[in-house]
Amino acid sequence: MPINPKDVDWVEEPPMNFWEATFLPAVVDGLRATGHHVTHFKPVTQMYPEEAADLPRHYRGVHRLNRDDAGRVKCVACMMCATACPARCIDIVAQEAPKDDPKWADRDKLPNSFVIDELKCIYCGMCEEACPVDAIELTHIYDLTGMSRQEMLFDKEKLLSVFDQTKDSGLDPIRTHKGRLGPASDFQQLPTLGPATTVVGDDRSAKAASPGVIK
Amino acid sequence: MPTVIVNNKPVEIGASERLNCIQAAERVGVEIPHYCYHHDLSVVASCRMCLVEMGDKKPDGTIAMQPKLFPGCQTPVKDGTVIVTDSKKVKDAQKATLEYLLLNHPLDCPVCDQAGECGLQDYSYEYGRGYSRLQEPKNIKPDKDYIGDQITLFTDRCIMCTRCVRFTREISGTAELQVVSRGTHEEIDIFPGDPCNNKLAGNVVDLCPVGALCSKDFLYEQRVWWLKSKNSVCPGCSTGCSINVDQNNDVLYRLKPRENPQAQGAFMCDEGRFGWKYVHADNRLTLPEQRANGQIISKNWDAILPAVRNALKEAALRAPNKFAAVISPWATVEEAYLLATYVRKLSPTAKLAIGPIRTVGEDDLYPKDVHGKPVTPTKFTIHAEKCPNRRGVEAVLKQIQGSVIEFSSVLNQVSKGEIEALYVLGGDPEGWIADADVIKLDKLKLLVVQDLLASAASAKAQFVLPGGAWAEKDGTFVNFKGLAQAIHRGLRGPGEARPDGRILMELSEKPGMFQAPALRKEIAKAVPALAALSVGDLGELGVPLETAAAKSELQPA
Repeated sequence: MPINPKDVDWVEEPPMNFWEATFLPAVVDGLRATGHHVTHFKPVTQMYPEEAADLPRHYRGVHRLNRDDAGRVKCVACMMCATACPARCIDIVAQEAPKDDPKWADRDKLPNSFVIDELKCIYCGMCEEACPVDAIELTHIYDLTGMSRQEMLFDKEKLLSVFDQTKDSGLDPIRTHKGRLGPASDFQQLPTLGPATTVVGDDRSAKAASPGVIK
Repeated sequence: MPTVIVNNKPVEIGASERLNCIQAAERVGVEIPHYCYHHDLSVVASCRMCLVEMGDKKPDGTIAMQPKLFPGCQTPVKDGTVIVTDSKKVKDAQKATLEYLLLNHPLDCPVCDQAGECGLQDYSYEYGRGYSRLQEPKNIKPDKDYIGDQITLFTDRCIMCTRCVRFTREISGTAELQVVSRGTHEEIDIFPGDPCNNKLAGNVVDLCPVGALCSKDFLYEQRVWWLKSKNSVCPGCSTGCSINVDQNNDVLYRLKPRENPQAQGAFMCDEGRFGWKYVHADNRLTLPEQRANGQIISKNWDAILPAVRNALKEAALRAPNKFAAVISPWATVEEAYLLATYVRKLSPTAKLAIGPIRTVGEDDLYPKDVHGKPVTPTKFTIHAEKCPNRRGVEAVLKQIQGSVIEFSSVLNQVSKGEIEALYVLGGDPEGWIADADVIKLDKLKLLVVQDLLASAASAKAQFVLPGGAWAEKDGTFVNFKGLAQAIHRGLRGPGEARPDGRILMELSEKPGMFQAPALRKEIAKAVPALAALSVGDLGELGVPLETAAAKSELQPA
């Protein structure tokens, strides 16, 4: 869509004064910056692989499937991650939770198989965003190698083992729910619910059509 | 004409029409949200979702509004009725109703099968408040995983609209479902030892506006937003229920009834609903085969199609009177026409027979009373004739041959050696010949079988052409009362199976590709009984043959 000319403000460059026109102040500024880099040399290059890489806290590496307190897979096979995935690298087959097993009494659905193609994945983290029970997370593991494509299809067991391997590493702590499932799966003892989102007074949703309905 | 005013828009309704507010508002595209109301079931007005403001326009032009809100499903409209669905009062009522409905709802949408096509989700988004003020724990009731062989109940998700209960009482008449307890303890349940296993039971899952009643067959198979849907027609019997074929990645996951007042109404039977599993059977024919002396000599379409063509030509030249084709009543009108014209072109004296028409028992009428006897008025019929297109195939054969030959007489002639070459267009998953009769085919010099599933008969054929199941092809089915409905290709067949229409187009060297609408127009010209197909595109609801034929006779061409 072309920009409406009415929306465009033209800004004129301010005229240069005498000193600026000689460009000497700018040259001095530039030389000062160069000199600063010489005297305050601080390399940002990391000597990987000789030294372990120092990764930012939000680094997105290999996925893991989290476990709950009972050691069960947290995932409820809702397939939101597979739906959100732009690379279509997640394949989930769901199953009904075993009805007569007390271990699964509070669950309806769980993944029968959960496969992520780590080669197809673009590590965007959308799966983590989409997960309603915080079951899938991206870890700091970045040095991922394998001898075959088959090997890079991470199944449920492999992804759970990534969790076991990373949960105590310090970089990838168990972040949410302290091992509890989210409300989607944990409805046997559902906590009392406040508003799903914090509603501030001037929010549109809080302004009921007739006064006195809210509060 | 009586005029109803919906949100300041006038709606003209028929003088003898008896509409409620929901139906009248629908006429101008105004949606009044509702859960418990369904046009085929009795009105209980229990969900309170359809509350609207109502009033009356007096002859002098003044409008007197009622002080209270009225349930739109239960309130009939008349001339001068004023309905307001977008006032503050109505919107607040909708918000309050949804908040109440969601009080004890577990909100387990991520694990719920209904998510994506759920009435609670849709209306909460459209009309809801967005949050709940409940500060108490939710009242969670235990699930009942055996309501019927195909039905499971997630009790906690239920909003007590009682559509399912009314369905089993009014449409199937079997009355297995009921509401037990009262107030907040209300639950849907069955009588102990009397599960909901009637032949229409699957419909309660469709009727359920939330994810309470779920189909065990489809449970956790797919998320519904992944399914791609195509309009089709159930081939299970000659009722010809309009359905949706829901597939993903060429795997059929479920059939759902598509509402069509011309065909079956809003429902379908469980035989059709769950009877499609053969589409993915292991014994589907996936490769064409050419046999000579019992040995397979080719499995390549490009080689086999010319070979079939030559073999048929030779057979027609050698003994034009001993040449026959059998067209299954599972074939579409287009396929029947293509094959019949092709065979007649090869040998004008060839015999054209309709495949065996399978009938099971008698027509099954619903609702039933407690003794299992049908009650009038009949609201749903499962026909005994278990094929989708007998009338269509017969119409084509009658036009091209003058009469319809039964399959049994062809089989007799085969066993006497009076037929030497036979082309069979199958499609019936139960097969087209009894195992005991297969031996009669030994006398044939040429047997071409175009079918769905491998069988003893296809093992004897010189040529086996793997065709498509009904969900894998475009075409037309004509149901028991002469309603021509279009079926659409929802998924691709397994392996190298091809839609039958394409096989026959290529075999008969007809120019162009198989295009059902174009072919329908051609058929309409060639077969006066099917003149109604001249529209090409049959639309979602199909075209009745009789009325359209009568119309075209009245109008000079």
